[in-house]
Amino acid sequence: MSDNIVHESAQPSATDKLSVSRRWMLLKLGVAFNGLIGLAVATPVIRYLLSPVKKDEDYLAWVELGSLSDYPVGETRLATFINPFRQSWDGATDKVACYVRRTAENEFQIFAINCAHLGCPVRWFPQSQLFMCPCHGGVYYADGSRASGPPERGLFTYPYKVVRGKLQIDAGQMPTFANTAKLVNIENAKGNSPCAG
Amino acid sequence: MRWVKTAYNWLELRLQLEAPIKEAALHPVPRRTASWWYVFGSAAFTLLLLQIVTGILLAIVYAPTAGEAWNSLNVLNHQLELGWFLRAMHGWGSSFMVAVVIVHMMQVFLFGAYKFPRELTWILGVFLLLMTLAMAFTGQVLRFDQDAYWGLGIGASITSRIPIVGGPMVHMLLGGPIIAGATLSRFFALHVFVIPGAMLLFVALHVWMVLKLGVNEWPMPGRIVRRSTYLAEYNKMTHEDGVPFVPVAFWKDAVFSGAILAAVAVCAVVFGPFGPGGQPDPTIIQAVPRPDFFFLWIYAALAYLPPSMETPFILIAPIIGISVLLALPFYASEGEKSWHRRPVAVLMLTTIAVSWGVLTHLASFTPWSPHMDAWSGDPVPVRYLQHATPLVRQGAVVFQEKQCRNCHALDGSGGQRGPALDAVATRMTTDQLIRQVLQGGGNMPAYGKNLSPAEVNALVSFLETLHPANQQPAADASRREVESAQSSLGSAPAK
Repeated sequence: MSDNIVHESAQPSATDKLSVSRRWMLLKLGVAFNGLIGLAVATPVIRYLLSPVKKDEDYLAWVELGSLSDYPVGETRLATFINPFRQSWDGATDKVACYVRRTAENEFQIFAINCAHLGCPVRWFPQSQLFMCPCHGGVYYADGSRASGPPERGLFTYPYKVVRGKLQIDAGQMPTFANTAKLVNIENAKGNSPCAG
Repeated sequence: MRWVKTAYNWLELRLQLEAPIKEAALHPVPRRTASWWYVFGSAAFTLLLLQIVTGILLAIVYAPTAGEAWNSLNVLNHQLELGWFLRAMHGWGSSFMVAVVIVHMMQVFLFGAYKFPRELTWILGVFLLLMTLAMAFTGQVLRFDQDAYWGLGIGASITSRIPIVGGPMVHMLLGGPIIAGATLSRFFALHVFVIPGAMLLFVALHVWMVLKLGVNEWPMPGRIVRRSTYLAEYNKMTHEDGVPFVPVAFWKDAVFSGAILAAVAVCAVVFGPFGPGGQPDPTIIQAVPRPDFFFLWIYAALAYLPPSMETPFILIAPIIGISVLLALPFYASEGEKSWHRRPVAVLMLTTIAVSWGVLTHLASFTPWSPHMDAWSGDPVPVRYLQHATPLVRQGAVVFQEKQCRNCHALDGSGGQRGPALDAVATRMTTDQLIRQVLQGGGNMPAYGKNLSPAEVNALVSFLETLHPANQQPAADASRREVESAQSSLGSAPAK
């Protein structure tokens, strides 16, 4: 840019032009062929890349949380389970924690550990009956409804059932705003009885 | 030494690199650009080289699997000779690189260097900044500890808020339904192959354009950039009052790069490597996740945004920010370069820098987070309980036991989520205190269901004593009327 050098090549002669245009045609053919093969090979690879993307129900399975006697009525306990879609190289990250609140003999609320704000692990304080989040100060009541702070909704809950004296939950996916269709929303509860758990 | 010359000639005959290297090194630059202000770009490049070298040295030991990454980092830290030093160099190198890249960008902005014909250089620079930040984030993930695990959770939560494609994008980000082995593997591929590869390409083009278009001249008030005349003016400037880039400008680059490397090494030796922190076991919930330094400002912004603003802000603000940076050289490709004639630019830069500083400072002590251990770890100051009645002492017990302290400080210790309560009795009457405790409000949870009437009574009695000795507690004027009427009449007034 700093020098005013004029880049000019000699004008091609008539015969040069002919041969050049034929060579250019061959080049175009070659590039097109290469591109076609490349596309044919690369297209299936997109499916390889997208393989983790599945429907929510494909990432859900019933997981056992232990026997009912582990969870006294009226209390909230931390429970852990192994992610049903684990791989052998997951290490400790195949474990998932959740809170089990037993409200009556056969009534439970199973809360995801993840704050509904940005997913940090909430901590349960039985004395004040509150869940508190260490990240941005989200607080939830014992029934999972929002008490204060930045969360826009209550804690995520897992569906549960009791099978032969064992508690089971439908889990497998990190709960986020994108998959809450499968998780019960308890936004409207205001520190009262669980409305939909 | 004749064989050196012979070997050189043998190579040069085949490589023919002498001419282009000489041309690049000796090209004339405007005299005043041989300045200490122009050293940040080359320092960023030096740091990139440092990161590549230390990164490769770490990669020959690091085990990129979720099950073993944390263990291999501890082996690096504690068992391998100088493993800790290489981890520290890579970690501090990363911090310095982000800082130097940002300073470089600020200098380029302030000096108007993004104007014609250097628009594309700026645009590639914007992408290089984004890639540097992406390297910092993915690098934090590879330090696979508690912070990394929950940092990924925050990343997934933010991604999930994108309309329609949020769910699939979370799966793509995590490589599956939860943070696990597949997540670390893909972040390893990003950090080690994808982003560095793209970065090298972009850096090559960025430096190529700096060499081809010349170093930006020192901005002078009144020297206006015009597309029609700039190239000729710059050409004249460099040829009539120019100096060869090497050695006149380059020696400063070399000295500064050396100084930066020395600073990284000193930090590495003195402060040591970053983590790893607690092991990445999601069932250990006694975690207080913190992002690395350069993401603290986002952490703070997310705490202060009103809930309704959050999703729009998270999703739209980055797009606007990046678009503004990319559009800048087109919007202002001509005109004044000097900061003396660009008050808006200077003000913007100052505002952004101050906001960044304030948010980062706030994130260093997180006044928005409850202190999870304050209720059991910070006792009520003894002087608040001297000469206290049994009821007041019982109230102090309730205050601690119900985790009030996690959000409310006494005597400077405790959470800062809610107001400090050292003088709460001067601000609120008894009735107001009872109402606040029972019903909450103003970001405080309602305790009505979790406190017995006796506990409320004790707690409020304690709170009523919290006022300076020389200042009366707040009192309800009408209540005083009622009480005086009550005592003078000796009978209960009608309610």
